[in-house]
Amino acid sequence: MNDPINVLTLFLFNIVLINIPLLYGTVGEIVVEKAGSLDLGVEGTMAVGAIFGYLAGCAANSMVVGLLVSFLAAGLCGALFAVLTVSFQANQNVTGLTITTFGLGLYFFVGKGMGERWPAMTVASALVDGFTARELPLLSKIPVLGKVFFSQNLLVYLGVAVAVLVWWYLNFTKTGLRLRAVGENPGAADSVGVNILLYKYVHLIAGSGIMGLGGFYMALNMSGSFEGSNCWINGYGWIAIALVIFANWNPVMAILGTLVFGFFNTLQIYSGALAGAFPGGLGWLNAVPAQLFKALPFIITAIVLIASSVRKKEGSGQPAALGLNYFREER
Amino acid sequence: MEERYAIEMRGICKSFGSVAANKDVNLNVKPGEILALLGENGSGKTTLMNMLSGIYKPDSGSIFVDGQEVSINSPEDAKRLGIGMVHQHFKLVDVFSAADNIWLGDDKSGAVLKKDRYDVIRDMAKKFGFDIDPRKKVYNMAVSEKQTLEIVKVLYYGAKIIILDEPTAVLTVQETVKLFDVLRRMKAEGHAIIIITHKLNEVLEISDRVAILRKGEYITTVDTPSTNEQQLTEYMVGRKVELNIQRPVVEKTRPLLEIRDLTIKNDEGALAIDHVSFYIRGGEILGVAGIAGCGQKELCEAIAGLRPIEGGQMIHKGDNIVGLPPKAILEKGISMSFIPEDRLGMGLAPSMSITDNMLLKKYDQSKGPFVDRKTGRAEAKQVIADLEIVTPSTETPVRRLSGGNVQKVLLGREIKAGPNVIVTAYPVRGLDINSSYAIYDILNRQKQDGVGILFVGEDLDVMMGLCDKIMVLCHGKVMGVVHAHKTSKEELGLMMTGALDLSHKYEDKPAGIAKDSRIGENEEVEE
Repeated sequence: MNDPINVLTLFLFNIVLINIPLLYGTVGEIVVEKAGSLDLGVEGTMAVGAIFGYLAGCAANSMVVGLLVSFLAAGLCGALFAVLTVSFQANQNVTGLTITTFGLGLYFFVGKGMGERWPAMTVASALVDGFTARELPLLSKIPVLGKVFFSQNLLVYLGVAVAVLVWWYLNFTKTGLRLRAVGENPGAADSVGVNILLYKYVHLIAGSGIMGLGGFYMALNMSGSFEGSNCWINGYGWIAIALVIFANWNPVMAILGTLVFGFFNTLQIYSGALAGAFPGGLGWLNAVPAQLFKALPFIITAIVLIASSVRKKEGSGQPAALGLNYFREER
Repeated sequence: MEERYAIEMRGICKSFGSVAANKDVNLNVKPGEILALLGENGSGKTTLMNMLSGIYKPDSGSIFVDGQEVSINSPEDAKRLGIGMVHQHFKLVDVFSAADNIWLGDDKSGAVLKKDRYDVIRDMAKKFGFDIDPRKKVYNMAVSEKQTLEIVKVLYYGAKIIILDEPTAVLTVQETVKLFDVLRRMKAEGHAIIIITHKLNEVLEISDRVAILRKGEYITTVDTPSTNEQQLTEYMVGRKVELNIQRPVVEKTRPLLEIRDLTIKNDEGALAIDHVSFYIRGGEILGVAGIAGCGQKELCEAIAGLRPIEGGQMIHKGDNIVGLPPKAILEKGISMSFIPEDRLGMGLAPSMSITDNMLLKKYDQSKGPFVDRKTGRAEAKQVIADLEIVTPSTETPVRRLSGGNVQKVLLGREIKAGPNVIVTAYPVRGLDINSSYAIYDILNRQKQDGVGILFVGEDLDVMMGLCDKIMVLCHGKVMGVVHAHKTSKEELGLMMTGALDLSHKYEDKPAGIAKDSRIGENEEVEE
């Protein structure tokens, strides 16, 4: 255990394990934002996906049901956002914040309402099994990297697959091209016959659904233990929104972004172990107060936002019509 | 047998709230014909055409395509019916390539994007006689390229009826000639073309027939060969209008504002104004001509102190004004009014009343902590009376006024401050003939009072009539300053595209520096 290489490997392994929900949240938000909608409700959407996915997964004792229900429940949050902002033209920022408040409220309402009947993850063998690490043949034999990247649970691989798939969808399909046009210039897309309403609804729901998968992941990673005071999502939704900007609206870059943020996020847990394993090089980690580590991801978030706001316009992946509602007959 | 129309509109009505934009309008175009749709601003031309392109739905009336009654509920319907519109504000996605902008609305190819789309678009454009680079991103395109792309786009979708909304507004003289060649070629191929415009000379040059709208009402349709400018104007305005712009001759003073070697960067960090020198005397109007986005906005902002400069000098009556805050520049008597494309974006607070907008520049002059609305209201009343502004009251929010009246409020406030230099950009942008002439009168009166005026304009005919001298900008460089009564549109057009550079015409005199300048050629003004 005290072998420095082992400690380092475990640290890196946990960066991936703990932070994959960020990837789901970020990729989901990228889909939503590419449709021109700024949904600040990621935190609430993930919470709703988490609790309903977990409860359904336990009840049915099935990973597939858990994933499906978390996708649908979170998708409903996306549908609500779409009804309010697309059909009723409500302000997107306010609506997004409302979704967060609503989602967290629903999370605690359902969780506390369950009381004694709250299912422990141990009774749902399928969930436990589904979340155990699977070593990929050959790749997992690579020293260090094999353990870090290729000996993870199925949802980690799924997350990366979703990110790559969304990247391909956005850049290499015609529906992806039209989606980007909707986010860049809905008037232009509309004028050539793209159904703006349909594109917005479908992608707000799908994007929110992907966030919900991240919520489900967090539920399993927390072993399904419900606390009345703390939500599983624990601010990941907010970091995901910043990660979208860090990744420059590119789902593949989001994988890298997740690892970078994950590094700082995981440092607080492993600072002691790292300091012990490398007393010469990293001993100073022990001197850093724990509060600073806790704050680090958010400090980094702030720095990313500042850095990206001074980034040159050209080459930015930010949809030009992000946050603006579209109304065809506007004069 | 009755002749078949490519498109026919009968009894079209459309209202926005209580405002009737179109009242009982009839219109028809034959295949292989160019119809000009003429009318002042706000006469409902664009609204009418947007009912063909599927943006709006008519309240009543019927539309026939090839003799069949149709209902157009969306742009998709219009596309299917073979109607294509080139909007005044291009409907293009800036970050996409030319090909992708067309591909967006393509229904024929598969779900996955393939590289061969670039060749497909290039070949197709070539077939129609256009030369476009399908990989070029729209944000790298010049305005005329974007317009070409829009035309190629509607042709690619198989449009038989092509509508162009004010297509020449953004083009130089030479580019307009090219566009008209394209239109004539499409006409020869049997396309029906509707061109929206308010420029009479273009109507007479390109169209076969002219349909005229006035205040949303259909007036008449006339054959172009049997009409003339005077008649068309009367139809358009509803009464006789004097079409000559006055250019009073005024005693000129020494230079009021001198610009030396000025260099400014735009928001993207590129050079917007590149070592520009010029001067304005009292009692003259100096026009600034150039293709849109050639540094006009940056120049105006720099003079008003709203934009930092990279280098050079700005001297007002011998005093350096570089680095002064906007308020100090204002107090020196330099006023700036810039009418952006959306016309409400700069200078006025749209939801505030005329009175409050009058007070915006002098709120700090009132005594005590409260706003002195009384004098503001008196000033508002006076401006309304002086400039004949049509408004229900002084307390009406500015955005409720029509475009011409909004612009009069803005100019009125600037003049009220008693400036000695007026910088005004596009003051008649989007205005009808009557309002435009009212604005020219206001400017001429100021000129006669000895004010120096920098007039950034877009209509060369107007500039040649109104200005004393015209400075031409091309990509931030001065191509020369010419006397308005000695130049021609062709010469200005060549200078605007950079093909003709007259900036070093006079070898004995450095360009843009007055002989009777208040400071020497290489002299620096103290900070």
